[in-house]
Amino acid sequence: MVFLTKEEEAMLSGREGHAAKKSMEIIVALAKIFGAEKLIGISSAQVSGVSYKNVGDEGLEFLRVLSKDGKARVSSYLNPAGMDLENWRDFGISESFAKKQLEVIEVFKKLGIVPTCTCAPYLVADIPKFGQHLAWGESSAVAVANSIFGARTNRESGISALASALTGKTAYYGYHLDENRKPTLTVEVEAHLAGEDDFGALGYHVGKIVKSGVPYFRLKKKTATVDRLRSLAAALASSGSVALFHVEGFTPEAKIRGFEAGKMEKISFGQEELDSAKRELSDGAEPDLVCVGCPHASLEEIGKIAKLLLGKKVKKEFWICCSRSMMKAAEVAGYAKTIEDAGAKFACDTCMVVCPIEELGYRTIATNSAKASNYSRNLNGLKVCYGPLERCVSAAVEGKW
Amino acid sequence: MPANTAKNIVKKVQERKVLKGRIIFSGKCEGTALVSKEPISFYGSLDLKTGVFTEKKHELFGRSVKGSILVFPCGKGSTVGSYILYRLKKNNAAPQGIINSECEPIVAVGAIISEIPAVDRIDITKIKSGNKIKIEGGTISIESEIEKEGKKGKGQKG
Repeated sequence: MVFLTKEEEAMLSGREGHAAKKSMEIIVALAKIFGAEKLIGISSAQVSGVSYKNVGDEGLEFLRVLSKDGKARVSSYLNPAGMDLENWRDFGISESFAKKQLEVIEVFKKLGIVPTCTCAPYLVADIPKFGQHLAWGESSAVAVANSIFGARTNRESGISALASALTGKTAYYGYHLDENRKPTLTVEVEAHLAGEDDFGALGYHVGKIVKSGVPYFRLKKKTATVDRLRSLAAALASSGSVALFHVEGFTPEAKIRGFEAGKMEKISFGQEELDSAKRELSDGAEPDLVCVGCPHASLEEIGKIAKLLLGKKVKKEFWICCSRSMMKAAEVAGYAKTIEDAGAKFACDTCMVVCPIEELGYRTIATNSAKASNYSRNLNGLKVCYGPLERCVSAAVEGKW
Repeated sequence: MPANTAKNIVKKVQERKVLKGRIIFSGKCEGTALVSKEPISFYGSLDLKTGVFTEKKHELFGRSVKGSILVFPCGKGSTVGSYILYRLKKNNAAPQGIINSECEPIVAVGAIISEIPAVDRIDITKIKSGNKIKIEGGTISIESEIEKEGKKGKGQKG
């Protein structure tokens, strides 16, 4: 039995409208399945299932029905869409796809969900607080919110996150509870992780092993930065289904709770494992598209790219995926001009996972993202050249990988 | 007239079983069972217009879920699968009812938004493809034809 407050009962009864009723039915069913005794209030929702590629005409219709009386009750944000919402023509997206994608965005706006269209809402919207309860449905963002910020969210689906947005509630189970946030596997990282691609390779390797467990990383060489841990988060969440990890001496819960590494099952990640993971992530010879920003690029990452592109011109199509807000920040910083003068493009509101890249004629991409490599190969049928940011930029400029 | 002989004949008898499970989405429906021993990933396995299984490796390859009472252990795969069930319903190609051993979120959410009666915590080994099924809330009634041996009595024609 799931305990419901009077407010929750009112929504479930239909007194607050059809959208709230349907949303509560979904949340209560999930509470039953996961053995939650009750629901809790959330501070924000991150809604996935935005790309027209995934929701289709029927998903659009479902959203339209909800939008007749549905309204977000908490701060709610959107995941990337299937295209750059302003410059889609420059990317070769068709008129028919664009029309439908824009309709999807309009319906979400009607529901009161802010079209941030980013997988990194913590960079441009709400900053999660330690211990705060959220309902986020973007696997890399979930891992970042839980691990780097110490906030609390389960891996929501697009529809369950939407239901949470429209009710302000989620089921109280999983990572909302202290007892489920303890690590389940220690990873002794002997290898020197020199950049975000190495952290991504670590995540790719460990994700497959730990699956939905909670890894605890002990890095011999202390090279972690927030951006590098974001790459790790995205890789863990896509190659496995990791929602939470800890890094000794770095992430907040590891510092505050002091987990005992000695009592857990242990695996090692040395140079051999690193080289092997990077080989597995790379099966292409020469890229026809260079694409970075998975997760969506931070201002610091964009600054690095600008520095590498200063005074140069690209010979290959080069996309930097980020939120529109971040691109505007890059304009203010002066980075955008350098990047665009070099002939590279900002791909806002979208990314290489949810954009129908293969339909645009690309066959091989170069990227520094393990998550993007995984999805590009398995979902989109592309080949991938995998390497650090510097090599990706150089490939775009020299025209050779 | 042929002589009466006491020989064993095989009769077809209706057998009824009632199982009680947990309600995932409440409703009433009846139809013919289509049973899979394997989990089902709705995303990427079905033709959206006909409800026919297109995943070659799957037990139900080539079968259509349309109008059936679909019985399987649980869902799996991408959460877009919830939208697939909804799309099937809109195309009139969805199952009428769903029975799971242990329901997971993709199927639960799909059943709720599509308004397809769904029940779990059922021992699906008790259901065979072809059985007539009625779902009412959390109660499953199964009508199956079983063969029973019996002797003919005196005076009955062969």
